[in-house]
Amino acid sequence: MSAQALINENALGRNRRIKRLGKLGLLLNPLVAYFFLWAPILVLVLFSFNQSKSVASFTGFTLKWYSNILNNVVGAESAFSTELMLNAFRNSLFVGTIATAIATALGTMIALAMARGRFPGKRLLDGLLFLPVVIPEITQAISLAIFFKVAFDWIHLLSGERVFPGFHTIIMAHVTFNISYVAIVVRARLADMDPTLEEAASDLGANPWQTFWRVTFPLILPGVIAGALLAFTLSLDDFVITFFTSGVGTTTLPVFVYGLLKLTVTPEVNAISTIMMLLSTLLIGISLALQGRGTSQR
Amino acid sequence: MSRWFRRSQKDGSLLALPTVAWLLVFFVLPLVIVLVVSLMSRGRGGVAQMPLTLQHYERTFGIFSIILWRSIGLAGLTTVVCLLVGYPLAFFISTRRRPIVQQIALFLVILPFWTNFLIRTYAWRILLGDEGTINGVLRALGVISEPLQLLNTQFAVLVGLVYGFLPFMVLPIFASVERFNFRYVDAAQDLGANETRTFLRVVLPLTMPGVLAGCALVFIPSVGAFVTPDLLGGTKGLMIGNLINNQFGGSGNMPLGSALSIVMMGVVMLSLLVYVFGNRRQTGA
Amino acid sequence: MKHLLLLILAGLLLAPAAADDDMAAWTCPEGYAGQTLSIFNWSTYIAEDTVPNFEAACGVTVNYDIYESNEAMLARIRQGNPGYDLVVPSGGTVQRMAEEMLLIPIDLEMIPNVANVVEDFLAPAFDPENRYSLPYQWGTLGVGYRTAAFPDGISSWDDIWTYEGNVAWIDDRDSMFGIALTILGYDPNTTDSDEINEARDYLIERGSNVVTVAADDGQVLLERGEVDVAVEYSGDISQILWDCECEDYAYVLPGGVGNVWFDNMAIPVDAPNPELAMVFMDYILDAKVGADLTNYIWYASPNQASIDSGYIDEEILADPTVFPPADQMANLFVIIDKGAEAEQLINDAWDELLIFLGA
Repeated sequence: MSAQALINENALGRNRRIKRLGKLGLLLNPLVAYFFLWAPILVLVLFSFNQSKSVASFTGFTLKWYSNILNNVVGAESAFSTELMLNAFRNSLFVGTIATAIATALGTMIALAMARGRFPGKRLLDGLLFLPVVIPEITQAISLAIFFKVAFDWIHLLSGERVFPGFHTIIMAHVTFNISYVAIVVRARLADMDPTLEEAASDLGANPWQTFWRVTFPLILPGVIAGALLAFTLSLDDFVITFFTSGVGTTTLPVFVYGLLKLTVTPEVNAISTIMMLLSTLLIGISLALQGRGTSQR
Repeated sequence: MSRWFRRSQKDGSLLALPTVAWLLVFFVLPLVIVLVVSLMSRGRGGVAQMPLTLQHYERTFGIFSIILWRSIGLAGLTTVVCLLVGYPLAFFISTRRRPIVQQIALFLVILPFWTNFLIRTYAWRILLGDEGTINGVLRALGVISEPLQLLNTQFAVLVGLVYGFLPFMVLPIFASVERFNFRYVDAAQDLGANETRTFLRVVLPLTMPGVLAGCALVFIPSVGAFVTPDLLGGTKGLMIGNLINNQFGGSGNMPLGSALSIVMMGVVMLSLLVYVFGNRRQTGA
Repeated sequence: MKHLLLLILAGLLLAPAAADDDMAAWTCPEGYAGQTLSIFNWSTYIAEDTVPNFEAACGVTVNYDIYESNEAMLARIRQGNPGYDLVVPSGGTVQRMAEEMLLIPIDLEMIPNVANVVEDFLAPAFDPENRYSLPYQWGTLGVGYRTAAFPDGISSWDDIWTYEGNVAWIDDRDSMFGIALTILGYDPNTTDSDEINEARDYLIERGSNVVTVAADDGQVLLERGEVDVAVEYSGDISQILWDCECEDYAYVLPGGVGNVWFDNMAIPVDAPNPELAMVFMDYILDAKVGADLTNYIWYASPNQASIDSGYIDEEILADPTVFPPADQMANLFVIIDKGAEAEQLINDAWDELLIFLGA
């Protein structure tokens, strides 16, 4: 056997070993990844049923933490009451709904303009739309906080009226970070759309108004719905920006949960988390089902 | 009304106006104000006042740079780990043959992320604590006798960040692998390339847009993280986001907090430039 | 003269009997129904039924938000009061806020229960005429620890600095620096930048075992087992002891070094409903309401009527953690307002401390 052949043989052997290792790795990776993704959640759920307060070992099944929540006996302090939590949840839904409605309208409009219109500075606008998605939350949060302070000071100076932050400031903040997400989703949908359909409609004598509501809108509707759902989810989940723009009595669910995580000891928090996870899964499941029906009907 | 509509329908550009106005008022203007505030002096009670000064930037790049570098390092590490975990995972998902299996595989990645971010992060506090689940299991198995210090470390922040942002890596890569035509692999191998070569020369370049997008999407929120280090990091895992928050809470130094934010935004912009540049080279090649 | 004395004596003897009927229920003045009161108070600092009872008595709605440090509250008000009617700053902070015109004067005539306040607590140095504030509760800052981790107890701050295990400090910069300054032999309220920086370095050197600087949640960290020692306020530690009905934790002022603070109700500038805030002050200073507060949160009451009426649990009145003995009190320092400049020095030093603690 020549030296070259030997080297080749060796290399082949090494390659084979690497290949086997690689295959094993490729097989193990998803397992490890899925375990990593699910373990924390399963642990949280599991220990919400744990008899003892410990999260180190499971000592027996109980529902007492859940009944504690129903009976408002969470922790030593009055940081929790079911009523307060429900109220925070209502606030979240309120903020989320209005912010989503405005952001969806604004986002869809700009997506249409970007896809159809021809105007200078389009690339700049592209960048402007992209920025809110990539800018760190904390930066956006403090910039809005300072902005509202400055704006309110000016309003006070000019009109003598005192304006306080509240739901309106949270909603304005949520709209701002949601517009881009809606626009991106709707634009993707518009890009997939066949433009000849609109042409056909106007060739057949439809005016632009009719063309839009009869042809374009139904076609991009799934994109609009998807964008709105994304916006609503982001709105419901947001903590940092809400925290910095909130007023008095505007506690949303994430802000409430943050206080709870800080000041309450484990089991009841685990139970509340489990309930919240169940709720959000249900909520999204329902909306996905609706969306699925919407698309299949087309 | 209808004339306006007809004109805007023909062109459509007018439709952009309300949104552009909104973004100018609620996004651009606030950022400009932050920039201005960051250049002002600290007045009584930490509010901004004249004259203009660069002292907050000096402080940011001086003593605060320790935390700045730590944040960049942790975000970079998070990106690498996400890539190492996310790339094979995205491949695994997209190579499932039966659509239903693929959908479930994808669903299992996304589902945990419908849970509130705070709760997902808090779950790690339970796992990593001195009397947490991991230490409990290890102790029960007899692997350790004293609890490992996991919580309130940089490691905890890393785990929390990876956990928080992994899908941002998986989804773009998955999308690019989906578009990838596996016949290229056959072609490369027919032409005599071995597997490593095929991967490096064919598969990786063609999925690179997804990889780059994933890296940007993970790095950027990681560098500005606030909740994760707040809940998991303690003193050792303090990040720039916490210090910014401090300047608006306890320390009450608005100009310094603004300067810190501007610098952080600079870091984000730089990483975006890297992304755009990398993408262009990729598509150009 | 003799008659008068007899009358007074008789009155004193009769008082406890009358207390139950007379002082039993605080009544809300008319005309507030339907209004809203927004309170911004420390975390874990109110009894479960304090707010609901007030809402019921006056027919009002209460927004109740919490903060975890004087500085955090102050920052919020300085950035423009978002709509709070009542805040609860400690003494030095009352002074600072008054000076910055962040408080509006209160009308003592609207608050008849001022008569209940312990005399020494009226007209304090930080607000000599009670123009802006009335006392809420008071307590000390020391350390809570797990008794299992310290079989011999804690006798000095050195025991904490050198402890090989997890320690939590508290995000109360004035108090933390005050402790270091006291140990170093300086005035805990110094405004000297060299002394403040020396205290900062002293703390950084001794902070390698600090896993977190807690936002007034040290008691929760103790309970969760994340730390063995937590610098905390007295009542927060008493609360978990009472809650667990165990002896697992203890509270101590190490070597007698710690601080005593007095928290006060005050009305921030631009409060939408200052009148209702004053009604609430009167409500808090009611003997029964004040006693319920102490019974629940385990902080000391500045309310003479609450103490005298027997509404406060005997156990709490006798607890040296809640009401420290006079000789101990004499050694504790009080945080006063150090002026805007020293405040900035301390804030900067605190930022640096946070950076270097984890480095």
